Amino acid sequence: MNAIIIFIQKAIAQGIVILFGATGEILTEKSGNLNLGVPGMMYMGGIGGLVSAFLYENHAANPNGLIAVLLSFVCAFLCAALGGLIYSVLTISLRANQNVTGLALTTFGVGLGNFFGGSLSQLAGGVGQIALPVTSAAYTAKIPVLSNLGVVGEIFFSYGFLTYLSIALALFVTWFLQKSRSGLNLRAVGESPATADAAGIAVTKYKYLATCLGGGICGLGGLYFVMEYAGGTWTNNGFGDRGWLAIALVIFALWKPKNAIWGSILFGGLYILYLYIPGLQRSTQEIFKMLPYLVTILVLILTSLRKKKENQPPASLGLPYFREDR
Amino acid sequence: MNKQATHVTHKEPLFRITKRDGIAFWKAWAIRVGAILLSLVACALVIYLLTDLNPIQVYEAIVKGAVGTKKRTWVTLRDALTLLCISVAITPAFKMKFWNVGAEGQVLMGGLVTAAVMIYAGDRLSPAVLFLVMLVASILAGMVWGLIPAIFKAKWNTNETLFTLMLNYVATQLVTFCIVFWENPAGSNAVGIINPLTEGGWLPPLFGLTYGWNLVIVLGITLVMYIYLKYSKQGYEIAVVGESENTARYAGINVKKVILRTMSISGALCGIAGFLLVSGASHTISTSTAGGRGFTAIIVAWLSKFNAFVMMLVSFLLVFMEKGAIQIASQFNLNESASDVLTGIILFFVLGCEFFINYRLNRNHNKKEEAAK
Repeated sequence: MNAIIIFIQKAIAQGIVILFGATGEILTEKSGNLNLGVPGMMYMGGIGGLVSAFLYENHAANPNGLIAVLLSFVCAFLCAALGGLIYSVLTISLRANQNVTGLALTTFGVGLGNFFGGSLSQLAGGVGQIALPVTSAAYTAKIPVLSNLGVVGEIFFSYGFLTYLSIALALFVTWFLQKSRSGLNLRAVGESPATADAAGIAVTKYKYLATCLGGGICGLGGLYFVMEYAGGTWTNNGFGDRGWLAIALVIFALWKPKNAIWGSILFGGLYILYLYIPGLQRSTQEIFKMLPYLVTILVLILTSLRKKKENQPPASLGLPYFREDR
Repeated sequence: MNKQATHVTHKEPLFRITKRDGIAFWKAWAIRVGAILLSLVACALVIYLLTDLNPIQVYEAIVKGAVGTKKRTWVTLRDALTLLCISVAITPAFKMKFWNVGAEGQVLMGGLVTAAVMIYAGDRLSPAVLFLVMLVASILAGMVWGLIPAIFKAKWNTNETLFTLMLNYVATQLVTFCIVFWENPAGSNAVGIINPLTEGGWLPPLFGLTYGWNLVIVLGITLVMYIYLKYSKQGYEIAVVGESENTARYAGINVKKVILRTMSISGALCGIAGFLLVSGASHTISTSTAGGRGFTAIIVAWLSKFNAFVMMLVSFLLVFMEKGAIQIASQFNLNESASDVLTGIILFFVLGCEFFINYRLNRNHNKKEEAAK
């Protein structure tokens, strides 16, 4: 029983990073932009939060948890949104190729994260691994009463606030895309920008906003990883392939954030399943680690086989739109 | 760059954008060189702001690190050749508008089977047979890894960008799976140098050059690919499918066949790149054998507009930066990731400058005239 609870907790902890990434990327892709810079923006978000919290904790006489959280949260979001902005300027205004720009953004963002992350300990005076006791304590603070409710408390209420924010955000984006006027406009832009343009929707504005905000949300995934998962520390290349997994989750969730919620927990579970199956050889463990990717491929094939209209990617995904090109 | 962004949202834009019919060759290159120079200035600013170092000294260190000694120059050249090989490999697929983001995995698979042959047969077969087996095996492995998404794309139009991307990680896991069996010494979780004493399966020097074979093979592939794409019927079919599948179908081209054939070629050449990496360079296999080159190659191919000769230049430039960064790291006690940041900035500028090659900005005079009235 205990092992199962720990497995669920760990699966959720793994899942939240990619849930943020997937929610952000869905918002971006709904505008027709396939941004392969998700890993880069995650690193940018993570490092933005880490550096700002580090500077605050080291310069304030009496660091306050709430201020540290607010500061690092805003910085992480802005840093990652900046990545989205670079991508937007290049692909929307300067009409560069989306895939190539996304990959370049990944190179840049991962490099930026590792550069600052690796240099932080040097900044701190070469004390080795940095620590952010106040900030990470604030991020990992559990809900006071509810988390003591035995099994229920441990499964549902034993996480920091970012976990609940990620789920709320995914639900909000689902509502936004399906029910709000701006959301419908955004989807129109992603399906057929020319039609949207003719209907008087400001295509460029929607694309810019969706890409920058989506980038910022991806960055929160990085923030979660650094602050809650890693407890306020940095390891170079520590994010592993989570950025790409987020892109995989977008497909798995069929471009619907509410599917991404349970999808992310499933992916997180598949990601660590090998640790919990007894009697696995080291080699078979490696085969088990393929699962999230194999499942994604399977979903990709099935959706293309069934050709159900509501399960398809946005029609103009990856295609540039220039009004005068018609 | 930002200027452009804000102008688009203005109601009365300052500039009108028109597509250029064509641009003089020297003008296009002047824009590109200008963009690279601008990016170097931007990088210098970033270096200065972040580290307080003299950017000129940093650039000097980059040059020293990349081509400072004869050995370094050769290593830079070797890696540039590998990058070139992968870029050439993905070119036909990209020309067909098939987004093969899976070069990383195809290269890994090629390297994996090469390593397998070296380990199991490296000391048993005669060199000629051994190299033939290694080459054929790597070609087949890369081909299979490229064909899987191609089959689904041809039959059911499954999104190839995402499919090939996922296959990269399946390949990575296959490599870690094999490392468990091949690790040496036991418990190190790494394969180590294969056949260190007998050098079985190591590409021998050619004409007295350590990396002679790499040079000959890659340049050969580049040349053949150039001719194939430019002068052969199949190369023409690839171009037509890339421009418009409907046109291709109308002209009687079997689109599915072209997709499958082109991806086999693309995957096979990636496999050869894996062979060169394992047999001709590192003599070992790990998950980082491909080292992101599959992704960098996409940028190289795209920036070069699929021109083989420009590709040589671009791949050399990128590897140059990467090698130089190792030198900066040790000389100035910086982090090696600095090179990624600088490379990223340079790429942004080069990607952005293509806009000014393809489009012309015209000043709008309406406002002034109205004011005059």
